[in-house]
Amino acid sequence: MPLTDAELKELNEKAWQIRRDIIDTTVWAGGAHIGGAMSMVEILTLLYFKYLKVDPKRPDWEDRDRVVLSKGHGGVGYAPVLANKGYFDKEELKEFNHFMSPFGMHLDSCKVKGVDVSTGSLGHGLSIAVGLALGARMQNKSWWTYCIMGDGECNEGTIWEAAMSASHFKLNNLTGIVDRNKLMIDGRTEQVMNLEPFADKWKAFGWIVKEVDGHSFAELTEAIDYSHSEKSGPVLIIAHTVKGKGVDFMENEVKWHYGSIDSTLAERAHKSVDTMYGK
Amino acid sequence: MAEVTGTTWTVYDANTLTQAEIYGEVLCDLGKANPKIVGLSADMAKSTKISKFGDKFPDRFFNVGIAEQNMFGISAGLAKAGLLPFVSTMAAFTTMRSAEQVRTDICYQNLDVKIIATHSGTSFGAAGTTHHCTEDLAITRSFANMTVIAPADGIETANAVKACVNYPGPVYIRIGRGFEPPYYEKEDYGFEIGKAVTINEGTDITLICCGITVLQAAEAAKTLKEDDGLSVRVLNMHTIKPIDEEAILKAVKETRRIITFEDHNIHGGLGSAVADVIAASGKGCAFEKVGIPDCYCVVGYPEDLYSHYGLDSNGIIAKVRQLMGKDFEEDENWEDEV
Repeated sequence: MPLTDAELKELNEKAWQIRRDIIDTTVWAGGAHIGGAMSMVEILTLLYFKYLKVDPKRPDWEDRDRVVLSKGHGGVGYAPVLANKGYFDKEELKEFNHFMSPFGMHLDSCKVKGVDVSTGSLGHGLSIAVGLALGARMQNKSWWTYCIMGDGECNEGTIWEAAMSASHFKLNNLTGIVDRNKLMIDGRTEQVMNLEPFADKWKAFGWIVKEVDGHSFAELTEAIDYSHSEKSGPVLIIAHTVKGKGVDFMENEVKWHYGSIDSTLAERAHKSVDTMYGK
Repeated sequence: MAEVTGTTWTVYDANTLTQAEIYGEVLCDLGKANPKIVGLSADMAKSTKISKFGDKFPDRFFNVGIAEQNMFGISAGLAKAGLLPFVSTMAAFTTMRSAEQVRTDICYQNLDVKIIATHSGTSFGAAGTTHHCTEDLAITRSFANMTVIAPADGIETANAVKACVNYPGPVYIRIGRGFEPPYYEKEDYGFEIGKAVTINEGTDITLICCGITVLQAAEAAKTLKEDDGLSVRVLNMHTIKPIDEEAILKAVKETRRIITFEDHNIHGGLGSAVADVIAASGKGCAFEKVGIPDCYCVVGYPEDLYSHYGLDSNGIIAKVRQLMGKDFEEDENWEDEV
């Protein structure tokens, strides 16, 4: 179902808040993977505020939908989403990266409520998501598994082992989403290790591929709805995004894969995000 | 194939079935009782005998092809979904190729995934170093939350596999390739994860063993009693982690001499685990580790390799005589100590 105007307005409000929270958390953390956190804001916002059957009061509810953030370095983007959803108080993010904090750069499922799987080492998440989806099917459970990958992460061979197995097992209860922001630590993805023809690779591995503007709630909604309706096998959504989205001096800048910001830069970043949302 | 006696395993089965075959049969029995059990292999279903489970429960078995890292990741997901995965491939591909998935996806999240790895140590002798695994105990011991077991034979494999079902957290069980002769005649000798089994009482020296060396040490102890009049204690230290500290310290105190025997690199395995306990206790004793002496094992049939590296009964006898001939006294003269 296409988004209503009211839904779109609410999602934009959430995304604005989450982008601001990511900036704050980056300051509190003393540095963070802010670029790739900003590029996936719409993906996570849409999942958590439209699609996911989850209950923040019962994070271990066994029939909840599952999310695997395979690009685990996106923790600084994920934790604010969980806070906004109500899994924990936003104040707790002030401890991000600090001594004995439950929040490290790569979120630990044993410590952070709402995180289904501990990730951080790239290329691991899709295999785990395949296991979750197989587990749901074996037990006749209707919960859905979403796996969010980075594009640079798709250099890892295990992504393709997992991709092969997801289509072999005809997993039609699994949606893969690649945050295609086209940058990695050492440069442009096509310069460091060419991924293209990216969609064709996934198709060759037996996935049905949808390419969308990863900052458009409308396009993401259409693709996710489609992934739910497709019965023949797994669907991959290539979400074309901009690394650092919303912060003018970070957008498409390789160096903002990971960075620190002080209060002056944070203020500039907030202003830029406010401008993006017409605030 | 030999007829098996169901849930109770005897020397009859152990003489006619490999460790892996017994594992496969036991898993089928467990699978009947526990619908949460699922099986996974990576084109090693037949070699590891998890295929027996797969044949019986095709809807609960996944062969992921030759993609071990993916298999361990999938098993983590299945465990997260509330199932109880048993995963089997060769030890080398479990603990080296997939070390990170086992450590990060399974152990870090403390998931109930049970790994039965075959072809451990040098049991696939003629295949060469690519298919040996004399590093697995060292690797898995260093993974927090992991329990590490090296059963003596097929009967003990049955016991370990049954015991791990209700033992919390990840468990690594390393077995051989095939036709290792059995030590145990039946199952009811009191197997308990984390508790060494004293298979021969003795007061002169203690041999601490796991896997194939248990039978060899038991035979050596008999010969040493008859020919040398030595009273040799033999401990079957089937659980490498958590190790039975009490049994080790008792041996330090009562026999003052310890030798460990294992089909594993002398670094990081059973011998190192025992040494850790002795060193931390502050009590000294004569001590040696026998295993693969920090090299890549030569090619050959396993029995020839065990003989070559002093892990058969003859090698164990020779090593005991060597250590017994050395001076070890409670005096202040360090020059003449072992």
